[in-house]
Amino acid sequence: MKLLIKNGRVIDPQNGIDETLDILVSNGKILSIDKKISVSKDVETFDASGLVVAPGFIDIHCHLREPGYERKETIESGLKAALYGGFTAVCCMANTNPVNDNAGITNFILEKAKKVSKVKVYPVGALSKGQKGEELANYAEMKEAGVWAVSDDGNPVMNTALMRHALEYAGSLGILVIDHAEDKYLSEGGCMNEGAVATRLGLRGIPSEAELIQIRRDTALSKLTNQRIHIAHVSSKYSVESIRVARKRKIMVTADITPHHFTLTEEEVKSFDTNYKMNPPLRTEEDIKALVEGLNDGTIDCIATDHAPHSYEEKMVEFDKAPNGIIGFQTAVPLAIEKLVLNDQISLKRMVDAFSSAPARIIGLENKGNLSVGSDADLTIFSLRKETLLKKEDIKSLSKNSPFIGKKIKGAVMAVVIDGNLFRLREK
Amino acid sequence: MKLGKHLLGIEGLSKEEINLILDTAEKMREVSERPIKKVPALRGKLIVNLFFEPSTRTRSSFEIAEKRLSADTLNFSTGTSSVLKGETLLDTVLNIERMQPDAYVMRHASPGSCGFITNYIKGSVINAGDGPHEHPTQALLDALTIRQKKGGFEKLDVLICGDITHSRVVRSNIHLLKTMGANVTVSGPATMMPPYIERMGVKVETNFEKALSQKDVVMMLRIQLERQEKALFPSLKEYFLTYGLTEERLKLCDSKCIVMHPGPINRGVEISSEVADCKDSVILDQVENGVAVRMAVLYLLLGGGEDETSN
Repeated sequence: MKLLIKNGRVIDPQNGIDETLDILVSNGKILSIDKKISVSKDVETFDASGLVVAPGFIDIHCHLREPGYERKETIESGLKAALYGGFTAVCCMANTNPVNDNAGITNFILEKAKKVSKVKVYPVGALSKGQKGEELANYAEMKEAGVWAVSDDGNPVMNTALMRHALEYAGSLGILVIDHAEDKYLSEGGCMNEGAVATRLGLRGIPSEAELIQIRRDTALSKLTNQRIHIAHVSSKYSVESIRVARKRKIMVTADITPHHFTLTEEEVKSFDTNYKMNPPLRTEEDIKALVEGLNDGTIDCIATDHAPHSYEEKMVEFDKAPNGIIGFQTAVPLAIEKLVLNDQISLKRMVDAFSSAPARIIGLENKGNLSVGSDADLTIFSLRKETLLKKEDIKSLSKNSPFIGKKIKGAVMAVVIDGNLFRLREK
Repeated sequence: MKLGKHLLGIEGLSKEEINLILDTAEKMREVSERPIKKVPALRGKLIVNLFFEPSTRTRSSFEIAEKRLSADTLNFSTGTSSVLKGETLLDTVLNIERMQPDAYVMRHASPGSCGFITNYIKGSVINAGDGPHEHPTQALLDALTIRQKKGGFEKLDVLICGDITHSRVVRSNIHLLKTMGANVTVSGPATMMPPYIERMGVKVETNFEKALSQKDVVMMLRIQLERQEKALFPSLKEYFLTYGLTEERLKLCDSKCIVMHPGPINRGVEISSEVADCKDSVILDQVENGVAVRMAVLYLLLGGGEDETSN
């Protein structure tokens, strides 16, 4: 099975490529990449003229909700949304029901995913049993089943000794600890950024310091244990500064930011629309500026969606009672194109890196995130000119909790290749 | 001149709109002094009093206002409703909506909840307190009281003291008093002072005695006992020691200063009995004005064009 992607602007940050090239794919691998590759007539060809062809995009932070919350999302619906959003691989968090803290659940997720989608799944296991923050989960058995990282995500680890042991134990197995940095005592009851807007609205705020304090703690623990740590969904200026300092001191810390945190501010909460409620909360223009600077200078490695489906009835409640989070697969790439690339905030190459090479490096996938000959034939093909208009009926997730419904965003995912299989997602 | 469809807060109201409500309230006061305290202005209108939080003063004040305007009322409170059975706010409202009410008077613990229901109903919504966000009719009845005692708002120095973080009364009062041209200072323990409150155009002075200096109006807020458990202050005794309004401290204010409190008061916590009952205290006038202001708001939002205040 061969496939030729013709005339696309090929960007491969890892190999320093940015030019119009053809890519020939065979048996799920990249066979050759060159100017004008000619093939016999029976080879399927995709004309990528005017489009960008990049290594397949990888989302290192999402929630697929299955098992347990199939009303919000199933593995099938979630992966379909990921595909339409241009993602060839995703990492799902462990806060399912039951929690993914053992090989049985990991196996279930992987088997189900294989059955329903070509999109690859790299599950993140629980850091503690039941994500209760008390005892370490069974990392070795989960690793054998396919887990590459552990995190208690939405239940931040408040026990400092447990965090230390998680880093030590995970590190010895080659597993990464992903840190949802939040001091729960400081953020208790909060539902938006602490500041002038929260004060005016009478909503309890979450100060940036709740994130900063845990980043300082956990980078210190990373140094103490000499292990890697990854900070998820960094939301504030202080956090970026703190991570920058840690990296200068050679602490092995990586980090991601989400499209909603670099696009929206706390001002949106004035509408009391629960689709603007997330954790960490939307912050300020100043924070957005710092996040983008961090993305530019490499303090922040990658962009992750934190795709968090919640059903209609769960979000149709009072603001302070609503669950945190929004869906993000189908808007992540256009938001990055419009807000970052077309706005001259970061280069196209950096954007591609943040969606592909950087997450592949963090996960440790040598055959993904680049277009080297012999690498996996995973490609994300997108347009910088076409617009994405997210209509409710176009959302592939079971949940429709997005503040971007009905909004036009510049940039669109046109096609995806996974293991050499072409998915044409929209007409040129 | 007409008001909008709802009264969700003071924020956004103009000086003219506020004056219209206060002027109408003055006219409504007269109705309460008649031997037959009733006008037919809202005859045939159904008003639902939807209280998801306990309230005595506000709720009875609204109910009296509704009755004096001849409206039909339905009282709905969490103690007796299906909310206890797990019904959502939206479902509760959608059910009541089919009973064709003309207005909802709503109190709820969540900021923004009154605005939230406006998207699903035909009638008007009057916010009777949505968490620490707004409590517009309280600010209006405070304003009516201040106007009666002080003649106006321009350049008036007003101090509001207490748990600023959790108070809807403060927020509505700040919006109103700033719009009307008064100067507002807030005071209270730093643990109950929300960040960036000064961006609402007020002065912050945590030293109570400094804050009292030369004030024309002092508004004391109720201290909720459960805040002590959250480590916001150590004891009621210590609170009274630092922020209790005593006769001695009252002397720091302007000699014609009036003392206000939205109630219910905690004697010996935020205010001494002597001050609560002194000649400068207008706390009970506030209660009386509550009915007139709520009649005015209901009349302006729901009433017809012609003068129906005569019976």
